[in-house]
Amino acid sequence: MKPFTYTRAKTPAEAAAAVASTPNAKFLAGGTNLLDLMKLEIETPAHLVDVQDLKLDRIEPTDDGGIRIGALVSNTALASDPRVRRDYGVLTRAIVAGASGQLRNKATTAGNLLQRTRCPYFYDTNQACNKRRPGSGCAAIGGYSRQLAVIGTSDACIATYPGDMAVAMRVLDATVETIDPAGQTRRIAFGDFHRLPGDSPHIDTNLKPGELITAVTLPKPLGGTHIYRKVRDRASYAFALVSVAAVIQRDGSGRAAIGGIAPRPWRDEAAEAAMPQGAKAVTDRLLAGARPTRDNAFKVPLVERTLAAAIHDAKTMTQTPGTQERGA
Amino acid sequence: MKFDTPAGTNPIDRMQVVGKPTDRIDGKYKTTGTAPYAYEQNRAAPNAAYGYVVGAGIAKGRIAGIDLSAAKAAPGVLAIVTADNAGKLTKGNFNTANLLGGPAIEHYHQAVAVVVAETFEQARAAAALVRIDYARTKGRFDLAAELDHAPLKGDDSGEGSKAPPVDRVGDFEKAFAAAPVTLDARYTTPDQSHAMMEPHASIAAWQGDELTIWTSNQMINWGKGDVARTLGIPKEKVRLISPYVGGGFGGKLFVRSDAIMAALGARAAGRPVKVALQRPLIANNTTHRPATIQRIRIGCQKDGRITAIAHESGSGDLPGGGPETAVSQTKLLYAGANRLTAMRLAVLDLPEGNAMRAPGEAPGLMALEIAMDEMAEKLGMDPVEFRIVNDTQVDPAKPERKFSQRNLVGCLRQGADRFGWSRRNPKPGTTRDGQWLVGMGVAAGFRNNMTMKSAARVGIDRKGVVTVATDMTDIGTGSYTIIAQTAAEMLGVPLDKVVVLLGDSSFPVSSGSGGQWGGNSSTAGVYAACAKLRETIAQKLGFNSADVTFEGGKVRAGNRSVSLAEAAGDAGLSAEEMMEYGDLAKKYQQSTFAGHFVEVGVDAWTGEVRVRRMLAVCAAGRILNPLTARSQVIGAMTMGVGAALMEELAVDKRFGFFVNHDLAGYEVPVHADIPHQEVVFLEEADPMSSPMKAKGVGELGLCGVGAAIANAIYNATGVRVRDYPITLDKHLEKLPHVA
Amino acid sequence: MSLGDEAQVSRRGLIVGGAASCALAAVPQAEAQAPAGTMPSTMPVTLTVNGRKQTLDVDTRTTLLDALREHLHLTGTKKGCDHGQCGACTVIVEGKRINSCLSLAVQHQGDRVTTIEGLGTPDKLHPMQAAFVKHDGYQCGYCTPGQICSAVAVLDEIKAGVPSHVQADITSRPQATNMEMRERMSGNICRCGAYSNIAEAMADVAGGRA
Repeated sequence: MKPFTYTRAKTPAEAAAAVASTPNAKFLAGGTNLLDLMKLEIETPAHLVDVQDLKLDRIEPTDDGGIRIGALVSNTALASDPRVRRDYGVLTRAIVAGASGQLRNKATTAGNLLQRTRCPYFYDTNQACNKRRPGSGCAAIGGYSRQLAVIGTSDACIATYPGDMAVAMRVLDATVETIDPAGQTRRIAFGDFHRLPGDSPHIDTNLKPGELITAVTLPKPLGGTHIYRKVRDRASYAFALVSVAAVIQRDGSGRAAIGGIAPRPWRDEAAEAAMPQGAKAVTDRLLAGARPTRDNAFKVPLVERTLAAAIHDAKTMTQTPGTQERGA
Repeated sequence: MKFDTPAGTNPIDRMQVVGKPTDRIDGKYKTTGTAPYAYEQNRAAPNAAYGYVVGAGIAKGRIAGIDLSAAKAAPGVLAIVTADNAGKLTKGNFNTANLLGGPAIEHYHQAVAVVVAETFEQARAAAALVRIDYARTKGRFDLAAELDHAPLKGDDSGEGSKAPPVDRVGDFEKAFAAAPVTLDARYTTPDQSHAMMEPHASIAAWQGDELTIWTSNQMINWGKGDVARTLGIPKEKVRLISPYVGGGFGGKLFVRSDAIMAALGARAAGRPVKVALQRPLIANNTTHRPATIQRIRIGCQKDGRITAIAHESGSGDLPGGGPETAVSQTKLLYAGANRLTAMRLAVLDLPEGNAMRAPGEAPGLMALEIAMDEMAEKLGMDPVEFRIVNDTQVDPAKPERKFSQRNLVGCLRQGADRFGWSRRNPKPGTTRDGQWLVGMGVAAGFRNNMTMKSAARVGIDRKGVVTVATDMTDIGTGSYTIIAQTAAEMLGVPLDKVVVLLGDSSFPVSSGSGGQWGGNSSTAGVYAACAKLRETIAQKLGFNSADVTFEGGKVRAGNRSVSLAEAAGDAGLSAEEMMEYGDLAKKYQQSTFAGHFVEVGVDAWTGEVRVRRMLAVCAAGRILNPLTARSQVIGAMTMGVGAALMEELAVDKRFGFFVNHDLAGYEVPVHADIPHQEVVFLEEADPMSSPMKAKGVGELGLCGVGAAIANAIYNATGVRVRDYPITLDKHLEKLPHVA
Repeated sequence: MSLGDEAQVSRRGLIVGGAASCALAAVPQAEAQAPAGTMPSTMPVTLTVNGRKQTLDVDTRTTLLDALREHLHLTGTKKGCDHGQCGACTVIVEGKRINSCLSLAVQHQGDRVTTIEGLGTPDKLHPMQAAFVKHDGYQCGYCTPGQICSAVAVLDEIKAGVPSHVQADITSRPQATNMEMRERMSGNICRCGAYSNIAEAMADVAGGRA
């Protein structure tokens, strides 16, 4: 880890200005991903602006019947919020399917959106990685790629967005609110927040330099049955091979976003129209452009089966399957 | 003391302390964080500087140039050691690759430098400034490809698992050709990582030409020898101290780079240096369990009797390494007149393969016990019955040589009974519980019992407190506690009057911890020292040693009784003795046995596998402490779940390294994966093993578990997967149609 | 089309196999030579650890874990991976368990920290520590302090109604069932495999509380 200086900001505008005015500066919130990457010198900021004192840790109702989630609301607090549990169950489900209790206590809403890929070649600084070191190549292509993306990739990068919470936010049509160093605020539709790699996989999001996330808002509740189905090798504390965030209505219509398969939560509103016809009708369209590797080709049928499970569960029960008590 | 005739009645048979489920005597320290592990010996080695290891960025080749200028100029840097300035180093007897690489690089993440600085943060930052230019050369990284032209090779793991290059009994080919029912199948097991929770760590301090290393090591005397050899200093100048070891599983049997880098760094910096291997370095820098490709052929009569059995295995290692002895158990586990085992060893330029918990048997049984399940199905037999029909009470190659004890049949029968095996539907893929496809599986567990010479010193002070000192280690196995129980039993004192000192090379040389020999062997050494001390006390008191008893803190003979404190006197008394072994292990085959039973659920939609129930019934001699022995077995069962379902070091065959080299990428089981586990120990005492009449259980618990899980998955799904780990992608598209 | 199955890849300057010479370093040259910040990179921080106020002058890079272990010599908190992948470093900060390895000491100015040493001592064990001894909920002992800190916090989290992945109904209050505790403890890896016993130790304490 390179030496760095550390300050705490008092207001969002001050934080954004501090990051913009200091060379190679970064925001520090929970730190659960940033410090991990700094230890490996994958991230090498010279200055950290700690945003923990910004008082962005509240969840409030919005005028249009939704909620505004402060950027610094912890994963645990967000998952525990009674309104979220009642009206946005898929979000609570997604959060508690991720990481561990310890990490969820520390991780923040904004930090979670900004977590970087878990591609093992990104994490190994001896290996070529265009995301870590632009222009160095992609060792993951042709390498061990079981966890990596099957769609939305490019010849420069096949990394997966690793998170769970964002998959639920995508299906809920969340909006990201930010403030920039000049004090200007803007709202970014969730689908426009994360970038596809293209020729510049080192840029994960459409945030501008120094732009600080202040909140994520959710529109008014959708109703329906909320399901987050995370598929993984071990039963907990593991990144998704595939995950499905779905909100299914009684008439069989619904929405679904997929995690674990792409550089960002993957959703195609047009494909969702086929939901009443079943999972295959949706995934045939949703994954039409998939370019899997030999290692991760299984993800294509797995998405279909997992979505089918979600649709089935929505019809038969309101619980998340696979997670109930298993008696001896 | 030499153990060369079967044990008769002795003081251990009283079983007043030994055999009781006693809480660990080190428990209150471990649970309060006050047990000091290697990196934490701040009091013993104050003012230690911090070393950070730089691992090679290529798998094979050489260092063309190193630029240390930026690193040397970095704040706080005290010294940097590379092969250029380390002085002459000699490879340890137990190492396959050099612990400090350069200019030749033998494997990925081989240590090439240690950067020593005032603080950990400074050492880590400076290590990243070391610039190395490598000249990469072509390496051999693909096991299957290299096995095509690999020679036959025998080996002895030194841990009770061994086989010659080829071993023939009868005429396998002829019998197999003539058998009415046959199986011929290929199985693979992946490279696995020990992934113990405490990283390899050491603090080294020099006083003149004498070196002390506080380290995390299972085998103190081996380690002392290899530290001396590597550094080229006399063995008597080296002291290793390892009172607590945060898990080893074979990964800490040998000296690793943390100890050598700490020693070199301390010499260069002129003060103590502490080094812990960074977690992302461990999988490639240290040893691993090698992958295997196995072929098993079984020929049976229609009644299920095996007439021909062949087990071949291929594995790879660095030049000078050895094969994974995966065929070893197949020589002894089942009857059959015509037999063949063979092993091939490919040269690979991956990191060093070496022992991991139950080397040989763990991957060998993962294959063999699937094969047995497949064969039972072909025969239309219950897999429990098929194994029982083929039980043998003698070494199949030498029928005159009996097992000292063998109750595999009891393990299987009692296990089947307790587990509700009769409720298993033999038709696979037909049992449903909601979304879950449910199945049950069984496998036999088998692991040889090794006895190793082991010494101890036992003293009594004027307060009657007994102190045992031996260089034995407690790697979580419960050594502290069973050694205390042994001394308490032998000397007739309560447990709280016994102090146990372990893991210091200044103590008498013990068996160490490996090959599941530690429990029986180290306590037998303590038994020997206690027996000698009893003799000493009796002589001092003028008692006739034949009719002396030690009980309630007193020595009695006839109507005379003296307290131990009084007997010890102001000067105290002590005795040192070693237990050695004759040829009983040659005359009798000593092994341990288990029946493993598992129930799994396989998600009908996603193919995810979750273990629902586990039971192990073990026959392993006298159980010295049922509480800690049970923990050994459940821990091994847990490792078996990992092996069956998730553990695999993924090889990048282009660049030659294990890609998933941290604890996020290399998944091991977590709490949610492990249901309540049941363990039953059959009542036994084996007089051939030692005066303790005990055998090992720590590895037995792992042997066969993986296959029991694999067989349960097959019973649940009807899809046979022969390549571990059994991840969902391997059966997903063949699962029964979801309703 | 299937991407990436070819053995030789040479796009964008990646050099694979053969006898090619290549230069590798942990970080790009340009970044390696970037000057450190001009401000001093040590800072004072005051923590209340196990009820005792402690003021330290730490490198900004020092994690809470290393502040505890290397500065305060509270070595009960363990470093297993230093990357948030094992849970051995779990401590309780302001009543919530966190991975102390993924937290800078300077982030915790003024915070109350409870470590394993603050729960109990060898002569006066916390009920959870005593339950771990009774149920043999450990073997090598290295993950144990983290397991115990987590276990104490987990029972509090269940009591506080924090939801979990295994709850059938996330709008209801969780119960301290076996599966519930196992899910919540999954961020604490025990390679010795004491899980089954840890669950029993926790059930013992949870039952005693109820």
